Amino acid sequence: MKDIFFKVIGNRLFWPLVMLVALVVTNAVAVPGFLSITVNADGNLFGSLIDILRNGAPTLIIAVGMTLVIATRGIDLSVGSLCAIAGAMACSIILTSPDPNNIGTVTVAVLVALALALVLGLWNGMLVSVLGVQPMIATLILMTAGRGIAMLITEGQILTVQSTPFKFLGSGFIWGIPFATVVAAVVLALVALLTRRTALGMLIESVGINPEASRQAGVRARGLLFLVYGLCALLAAVAGIILTSNQTAADANNTGLFIELDAILAVVIGGTSLNGGRYSLTGTLVGALVIQTLITTVYTVGIPPIATMVFKAAVVVVVTLLQSPTTTAAVERWRSRPKTAQPSSRPSEPAVAR
Amino acid sequence: MPDSANPLAPTEAATTAPVIEMTDISITFPGVKALDGVDFRMFPGEVHSLMGENGAGKSTLIKALTGVYNIDSGEIRLGGQSVVFANPAQAQAAGISTVYQEVNLLGNLTVAENVMLGREPRRLGGIDWHAMRRRAKDVLEGLHLNIDPNSLLNSHSLAIQQLVAIARAIDIQAKVLILDEPTSSLDTEEVAELFRVIRSLKERGVAILFVSHFLEHVYEISDRLTVLRNGQLVGEYLTHELLRIDLVQAMIGKELTALEDIGNRAHSADKAESSETAAVTFLSAKGVTRKGSITPIDIQIDAGEVVGLAGLLGSGRTELARLIGGVDRVDGGQLKVNGKVLKLRTPRQAIKHQIAYSSENRRAEGIVDDLSVRDNIILALQADRGWFRPIPRKRQDELAASYIEALNIKTPNADALVRNLSGGNQQKVLLARWLAIAPRLLILDEPTRGIDVGAKAEIQKLVYSLAENGLSVLFISAELEEVLRLSNRIVVLRDRRKVADLVNDGLSVDDLLAVIAEGAAVPEIKTGAAS
Repeated sequence: MKDIFFKVIGNRLFWPLVMLVALVVTNAVAVPGFLSITVNADGNLFGSLIDILRNGAPTLIIAVGMTLVIATRGIDLSVGSLCAIAGAMACSIILTSPDPNNIGTVTVAVLVALALALVLGLWNGMLVSVLGVQPMIATLILMTAGRGIAMLITEGQILTVQSTPFKFLGSGFIWGIPFATVVAAVVLALVALLTRRTALGMLIESVGINPEASRQAGVRARGLLFLVYGLCALLAAVAGIILTSNQTAADANNTGLFIELDAILAVVIGGTSLNGGRYSLTGTLVGALVIQTLITTVYTVGIPPIATMVFKAAVVVVVTLLQSPTTTAAVERWRSRPKTAQPSSRPSEPAVAR
Repeated sequence: MPDSANPLAPTEAATTAPVIEMTDISITFPGVKALDGVDFRMFPGEVHSLMGENGAGKSTLIKALTGVYNIDSGEIRLGGQSVVFANPAQAQAAGISTVYQEVNLLGNLTVAENVMLGREPRRLGGIDWHAMRRRAKDVLEGLHLNIDPNSLLNSHSLAIQQLVAIARAIDIQAKVLILDEPTSSLDTEEVAELFRVIRSLKERGVAILFVSHFLEHVYEISDRLTVLRNGQLVGEYLTHELLRIDLVQAMIGKELTALEDIGNRAHSADKAESSETAAVTFLSAKGVTRKGSITPIDIQIDAGEVVGLAGLLGSGRTELARLIGGVDRVDGGQLKVNGKVLKLRTPRQAIKHQIAYSSENRRAEGIVDDLSVRDNIILALQADRGWFRPIPRKRQDELAASYIEALNIKTPNADALVRNLSGGNQQKVLLARWLAIAPRLLILDEPTRGIDVGAKAEIQKLVYSLAENGLSVLFISAELEEVLRLSNRIVVLRDRRKVADLVNDGLSVDDLLAVIAEGAAVPEIKTGAAS
């Protein structure tokens, strides 16, 4: 019984889950009906919880890619800019096409945007794996240059799109569930399958834990890094399209602004170390939900907008402190503290008398 | 006190009081009794060796003494006073210093900075660099070490770094100095230098706890031995009164015939075989070289042959092995495998040709410590297949289970993280990884370094039986007896060139030493060895 208790407390997802529940309870107390989910006339689900799932989708999608990058000891700061680029690319194609409401047009626009992001992701991968640039510096290049690229695509304008199929991507429903949520769930499931049903996850972790030992064991880190940065950029583009669709406008300066920080935070809250190595996609899911619930809480509890950042920071500090090695060690010490009932000394028996 | 186990209770014990007295120490980890009522003591000015196999409880005892672990029961007395250390810093402040196997220093700082790290003399709110260098110099000179305090630590050999670590420990005014495997990466000359330093510390009354797997070193330097086995005390002895064979028996608790067995079989059997069937060359290298690493060398390895590489540390043993294993790139010369010219650019290509290099640096280049035993065993095999062709889980389990059994790897299960295994078992996991790719040539660089006698014998036996099955082995070890015992042929390196290629036909350690030392006018390593 006690063992189970410590096993639960020792789980790296314990504190993030506690935080998530605490946030939900806070909201439920502050806003009556927070927990209620209703079905509207169109058969779609509505409610605050559904909002969290929908609005948190872009962060979660990016955090999934970020998890793999971080597992290789890397980091990708360019995801926010990639959101802007993908959104700008898709919108500009839709705007220049004669028929913005054509599903074909929107499909082409989305595919081109994804392809562009993939190419840029491979560029990141090239800098990191071939040229050996530190990941933070390598992706910082695209983080700063990326908004410029988006600006070139939009020609400095905020592109407002009136396209029903495009609008569906961010705010549509499928089987009553927000489309963005479905996309996020599919992304999470596919990446989990991709990494855990193949040897990809194990090799990524191996490279993240000990690059030189992995090299000597014949692991091709270069290929893995290309793949991981490419995937991360691709997922950033997916998130960017959802964000742009939600706003029905591509804004080179503001789409996906600071989303890289939320994504990194989600990964860290989920228990994946920034030092690379073992990662947890389940953890990342919990982390992304904590962050989105936190953002919602800011509004429901009525914290003034100027204090939003401070409030968010405070919660993050609490979560990271609870997860810190020091706290874990303290719990461990408490658990293995000497039992008072035990005799302080007992007769020793040397195994062999020579 | 287990007096019955301690008939040799030293007489001089009565004359001086022990500086350290640990009584009835027990430590329990989940599921394991790491220490079970162990007594241990040390006198000022003695070198005391703590002996035991991997998992005997040596590290645990040291960690209990240095405050890393809390003891569940028992008492630690330092200079007669009962003490409880909550952390290593407290133990250090009380005069118990530790120099670990892996040098815990900062390579990109100077020697002086390392010696004084954390205790820098201050002036006007800043660091008094002058005083720091002066004090570091004094400490080094006190040990008769001629090392420039202003030089970068990285510019020195591992041996010198180790001595710097000791200098650092001494400057903390240590009463007790713990040396964990200090000689495992040193060559003969460097060991002599280390021992000179240890003896001078002894004269100052420092009690030295010496942990080493090299019996020779233990017998040369230590005054007293304490033997542990399975977390229990076997006994405390005076070194000069205990025969080696008795010591080894006390450590492993079983008759040790394994080691002698192999020796006789290795040569006779293989010689008979090679005279009957014409040897098939598996690998031949002509003039392989790498700038700044090794001069052009010819070497040939036949199928089923064990070739030993002998030479001092820095003679080019590891460098040559890394070239053949594809870990470092060859600058010039030709490498032929099965008669075909091969250009190895990466370890991956070597593995494709069934050449496996097992690094001497187990922790940094061998095991992946946060992965499970299973993942570590299948890593090379899986990497070779590529990530999109995973080894089926069932097959993974079979592979792991079969190697855990075959190599007698002590682990709770295949899911245990490799970081939680002892050094010898980590080495076996690494071996299993290479055996899993079914190599034709296995390059073993110091596979028995820092592991206990039992595991050592097992690995030696394994090498022998692998060669019997037609596998070629390139075997590197600092222990010449081991090289002699296993090798059909021995290639001797000195100063990064090949000096001899000997058929192991009744060679003795002295013969080999003579070849290694012959004409060695230039000292192997130009360091601050005492002038």
